[in-house]
Amino acid sequence: MNVVKPNSYRSGPDERGHFGIFGGRFVAETLMPLILDLEKAYTDAKADPAFQIEMNGYLKNYVGRPSPLYFAERLTEHLGGAKIYLKREELNHTGSHKVNNVLGQIMLARRMGKKRIIAETGAGQHGVATATLCARFGLECIVYMGAVDVERQQPNVIRMEMLGATVVPVQSGTRTLKDAMNEALRDWVTNVHNTFYCIGTVAGPHPYPTLVRDFQSIIGNETKVQMQEIEGRLPDSLVACIGGGSNAMGLFHPFLDDSSVEIFGVEAAGHGLTQLHAASIAGGRPGVLHGNRTYLLMDADGQIQDAHSISAGLDYPGIGPEHSWLHEIGRVNYLSATDDEALAAFQLLSKLEGIIPALEPAHAIAKVMELGPKRTKDHLMVVNLSGRGDKDVPQVGDILRGKSK
Amino acid sequence: MTTRIDTRFAELKKAGRSAFVTFVMAGDPDPATSLEIIKALPKAGADVIELGMPFTDPMADGPSIQAAGLRALKAGMTLKKTLDLVRGFRKDDNTTPIVLMGYYNPIYIYGVDKFLVDAKAAGIDGLIIVDLPPEEDDELCLPAMKAGLNFIRLATPTTDDKRLPAVLANTSGFVYYVAITGITGAAAADASAVGEAVIRIKRHTKLPVCVGFGIRTPENARAIASHANGAVVGTALVDALKNSLDADGRATGKTVNAVAELTAALAQGVKGAQQAAE
Repeated sequence: MNVVKPNSYRSGPDERGHFGIFGGRFVAETLMPLILDLEKAYTDAKADPAFQIEMNGYLKNYVGRPSPLYFAERLTEHLGGAKIYLKREELNHTGSHKVNNVLGQIMLARRMGKKRIIAETGAGQHGVATATLCARFGLECIVYMGAVDVERQQPNVIRMEMLGATVVPVQSGTRTLKDAMNEALRDWVTNVHNTFYCIGTVAGPHPYPTLVRDFQSIIGNETKVQMQEIEGRLPDSLVACIGGGSNAMGLFHPFLDDSSVEIFGVEAAGHGLTQLHAASIAGGRPGVLHGNRTYLLMDADGQIQDAHSISAGLDYPGIGPEHSWLHEIGRVNYLSATDDEALAAFQLLSKLEGIIPALEPAHAIAKVMELGPKRTKDHLMVVNLSGRGDKDVPQVGDILRGKSK
Repeated sequence: MTTRIDTRFAELKKAGRSAFVTFVMAGDPDPATSLEIIKALPKAGADVIELGMPFTDPMADGPSIQAAGLRALKAGMTLKKTLDLVRGFRKDDNTTPIVLMGYYNPIYIYGVDKFLVDAKAAGIDGLIIVDLPPEEDDELCLPAMKAGLNFIRLATPTTDDKRLPAVLANTSGFVYYVAITGITGAAAADASAVGEAVIRIKRHTKLPVCVGFGIRTPENARAIASHANGAVVGTALVDALKNSLDADGRATGKTVNAVAELTAALAQGVKGAQQAAE
């Protein structure tokens, strides 16, 4: 393909929400006025210093930022190549990077006078973060979660309920994240007058991919400063897992114009790319779903196909539109890791570093295990440890016991 | 360019009554039965046929129409087969307007230019694409107009006076007013609120205004039709179809009649209404 390299990789989207051919606003007319309101509210908030000051206060004292950039000494020794740093997003309040974005969106909802918050969730991390901030600010919270995910992520369901949220198990379609998003959109269209839809990833209609990216970019911005303090220079490579891709975009975006930095996104290859998987870029092509044009898993007729991943948070047949663009222009390398590779990485990090990762970033660790040994010892590799594994302990325990029998 | 839709609404205006617009899902419960159903609709009193294009992720539809789409997909329905269905219908009926309704992705994957040529050739008159607002007119709306197909836009209770001109700008055929904020089949439409909305829309356009979402009974249909140029019924027909299926979701001897009988009753309701004042 003939691709013109842009002057900056960080200037998108255009005023209609396009990253190249990706993105856009493919939504029902009922939602369109609200999406335009949201865009305006976000533009105003960005220009308002008080908004950033208030947010910084909560990021520091409620979320617990900055999250550490930690040198994983034993993992580095074990792999025998690149120096591996973990960006410890799992130490945030609520246990993942999701809270960065939710805080921003809830503050926008408050500015817009919306009292009812809805969200979709896969693994439950975004649902927990949304339930948490709704509790903090006294807002009604309804979380849509695929019935399959409700089963496999019970600890997070219980947490959300304890925080006062209503968790609605979604029985339609494949009963996973994509159906949760359909159901959240149906709720939004019905209750558009009082409801704010807090989307959990860098997808959906414009301006969501942009505002979620901006709220998550604190990950990469901190990493840049921290690496400068520790090593006195930029990292050489970045690695992050991708479902919709918000933790990855948050880490990547501040580095996109630093051409010396290699960037790797890791999709979920499930049982393998020739079987059931959730790797939209590796196994999909551009289509339109959930408000944006992006890479999707679908059949020849444009019907959306079932995704599969061991990780509920990556079990989605699409990806954020900016990732699709970064793939097409070749700035980011998109790889994939299978269920088995993620499980092995989950165990390795637990035993070597005393850090139990969520199954989602275990996919990123899996590729670090592959990329790290091929790099020299002065190569600085940062992996986004986007969530902690407490929620996955029952599921992984069952799998490992099943395997050992 | 005059389409079958323009002709039909001109005829109805002359006759002084509102249109009865029926929605069924293409290929539900299987392609052969679906063809029999759409052939039966005009005979039972349908003035315009909206034909749903099955999609796995119909995010503006309630459970009934979601299930109808999944039944059709399970029976092997594709966009190409939907066009075949219309071609089959056109063998016997060259006047009843057919509007395809659904979501953009299957058309995008089929290829917009090829789709417009094939759709026009199959005898399709208009398109209602739920997830293409005016902000995305370059995608399909403008090419469809150029190809001689009506692009029928949805206006909703959230479409205010400021936004209406943008929504109506590239609309042709008729305007589809969504009577409720919500998904198909969810709530009952309130006739007096609908009446006010139709008057508001008519201040901005000369096009006929049809009203849908939340119309289930002949009484509803009559009340709505007295305020608008047409009443659209979908979920109630889809439910009647579903209730006629056997335990495995297959068509029975009753299926075509179940849809036709309800269509006839609803058509009576619409035809009993006084045409809305122009």
